[in-house]
Amino acid sequence: MSLGFEKLSLEPVALHARVQALLATGGRMQMAYAWHAQTDRIEVRYLAAPAPSQPFQVWCCRPDEHTLPSLTTCAPLLGWYEREIHDLYGVCFTDHPQPYPLIADGWMDTTPLIHASGWQRQLHAPHHVPDVHGDDVQLLSFGPVRAGAVESAQFLFHYLGESILHYQPRLFFKHRGMERAFEGRDPLTATTIAERVSGVGSVAHALAYCQAIEDAAGCDVPQRAQQWRAVLAELERLYNHLYYFGHLADTTTLKVGHAEGALLSERAKQLNAHMTGSRFLRNVLTPGGLRRDITMTHDCLNTLYVLRKQVDSYLVELERTTSYLDRLITTGVLTRQVAFDQGATGPVERASGLDRDLRRDHPYAAYRWLKVSVPLADEGDAYARAKVRAAELRASFDLLDTLIPSLTAGPVRAECPLQPGSEGLGWAESPRGSLFYAVHINGDGKLARVKIKSPSFSNWRAFPFTVHRTNMMDYAINQASFGLTIAGCDR
Amino acid sequence: MPLWTLRGLGQGIATTNWPDRPEGDTGQQSGYGMPTIGAEPCHDACRACAEVCPTRAIQLDTRDRLATLDYGRCIACQLCVDACPSGTLQTGAEWAFGVREREDLRWSSNPATRSEHALISHIDASFRGSLHIRHVDAGSCNGCESELQALVNPFYNLHRLGIFFTPSPRAADLLLVTGTVTAAMREPLMATWEAMPEPRRVLACGTCAVCGGVSADTYAGGHGVEGILPVDVWLPGCPPNPAAIIEALLLLLERKPQRIQRGRVHAP
Repeated sequence: MSLGFEKLSLEPVALHARVQALLATGGRMQMAYAWHAQTDRIEVRYLAAPAPSQPFQVWCCRPDEHTLPSLTTCAPLLGWYEREIHDLYGVCFTDHPQPYPLIADGWMDTTPLIHASGWQRQLHAPHHVPDVHGDDVQLLSFGPVRAGAVESAQFLFHYLGESILHYQPRLFFKHRGMERAFEGRDPLTATTIAERVSGVGSVAHALAYCQAIEDAAGCDVPQRAQQWRAVLAELERLYNHLYYFGHLADTTTLKVGHAEGALLSERAKQLNAHMTGSRFLRNVLTPGGLRRDITMTHDCLNTLYVLRKQVDSYLVELERTTSYLDRLITTGVLTRQVAFDQGATGPVERASGLDRDLRRDHPYAAYRWLKVSVPLADEGDAYARAKVRAAELRASFDLLDTLIPSLTAGPVRAECPLQPGSEGLGWAESPRGSLFYAVHINGDGKLARVKIKSPSFSNWRAFPFTVHRTNMMDYAINQASFGLTIAGCDR
Repeated sequence: MPLWTLRGLGQGIATTNWPDRPEGDTGQQSGYGMPTIGAEPCHDACRACAEVCPTRAIQLDTRDRLATLDYGRCIACQLCVDACPSGTLQTGAEWAFGVREREDLRWSSNPATRSEHALISHIDASFRGSLHIRHVDAGSCNGCESELQALVNPFYNLHRLGIFFTPSPRAADLLLVTGTVTAAMREPLMATWEAMPEPRRVLACGTCAVCGGVSADTYAGGHGVEGILPVDVWLPGCPPNPAAIIEALLLLLERKPQRIQRGRVHAP
């Protein structure tokens, strides 16, 4: 099964013109990464999405003496990818507007960091903040250990009274080198690693990884496995979006709304455990299909039916609560242009009017045979982001209603034999947006390189643009409305 | 204008009566726990389980049969269970793996006899009723955070047990660590620990905090809190479910007995 992408080689001098031509025809860059095509030869790869429904393009480019032209000024979202490549592989990007480390600082060796042996204790999260000064301007440094049971990241605010002049998140405290953790492993069992990149995105990560391996192997996944994969992906969307509304209600000080959202998310997780043995739907997917068949019991169907009614009632109640709406409307506006340029994805970009969803535009698993509705909004504020997610929750229940009765009988796993030296690309529309896995198999049939493009990496880049020149009171609400994870971003 | 309080009251009590009533709903009846070792003998020269284990939790003996299983390294991925041809390794239902000594997470086919010693009382009786937790994410996949946040949802309602999360380390009794302890998080973790008043305890929550988990061998992922902080309770699991975290917290407070000894269930 090849999901379909075109591969072409480009000279460094041709890159700029190519990006401009792509953007002029309605396309968008997706990501860039480096890998060792041979022991002493680094290759940089760019993933481009031409106009929707056309196959992805992979541009392969060999740096001249470890140097490439930076494309950040024409495609700003590439800025972080280029900095990451510099940190991990030592490739320099000329004329980069932000020429400092992104992922890790403190590495001075000649070996690429991604191949460093052993734990490098001196690494630290990069810290580059613009100089903001003036009478009464103060710097609030918040984190990386923050209130509550939350993920670690540091937030830096230059503020004046209640107004935020400049905001900068300091991320990558949690950088674990997850891409390195794949290297040398058996591709057929490394799904367990993909499931642990971002726990609340376990299915999406496993699915994108498995599809990348299947793409490399040319493996056809049985129909029943394709259908179950879509069911699991929608169940993941359910518990994530329910958690999201509980959290958003919490930031708008709607205490009962918070409790109810958290309780509904818990019920969805218990349903997950009931169906698969795992609250995070882990340990089911494998390259070639599923590790074991799942049966849909009457109990589960009943729980799902009851849950849908409870969720509907909850969402209607939220949408009628003026104090909640009042805090969301006009908060944290992400314009369509910034969303596009900075690479926002998922419900965040769709709330800013960008009509993209991998399930519909580049269908995989059972989405090939389904009509996926893609809710949109234009306002780009916190309310639009919540509105899009509410509509997605309802659409997920609709998809499950279509998928579950149509589950066909049959095998759930096919052989997935890999050729040495093969490569593949897989993707999935996670609850937070587009997720890509690029895999390269070495001569021994083990994983040589795995690149993960996670949705939170994209959305963290776009988020600060909605915080500058706003006020402190709105910050927590705005951040909750983005629904970001840090593990997915930091990897 | 909706009346949220009335709506909440109308929905009745959502909170489980476990653990006050041991037979109550833990919420985990159908979830998989850690793998268990059954009575079926292991095949000679098999190696299947050790080869497939992503965190090297399994060691073999000289005849390449299962010799030791370190639950402190186990991420409950069930790959060993799938790979085992003899049925020795089986899907287990036990998830309450919180223990006071790291050794108690190591199962061995040939266990050393252990002198039964009474647990030294770690917690003064007057502190057992209430606990304030400072959580630090030292590099997790956010699965542990998702379950920690679930602790305060109405189903588990951690507050009813007198246990609270606190923003300030100055007010905390317990440092609850999740994640592998990445290079960049080591310093913030230590700063939090230094800021805590004594007596202070440490709970290593999740397999990453116990041993480093799946990213233990990279340039940035660490090996958990062992050797960095004095751990009072070790709780492996990937992630440990909310009920397992509650069990471990109550174990720390000596309100619940330890269920696992030397990798085996010792239900009291």
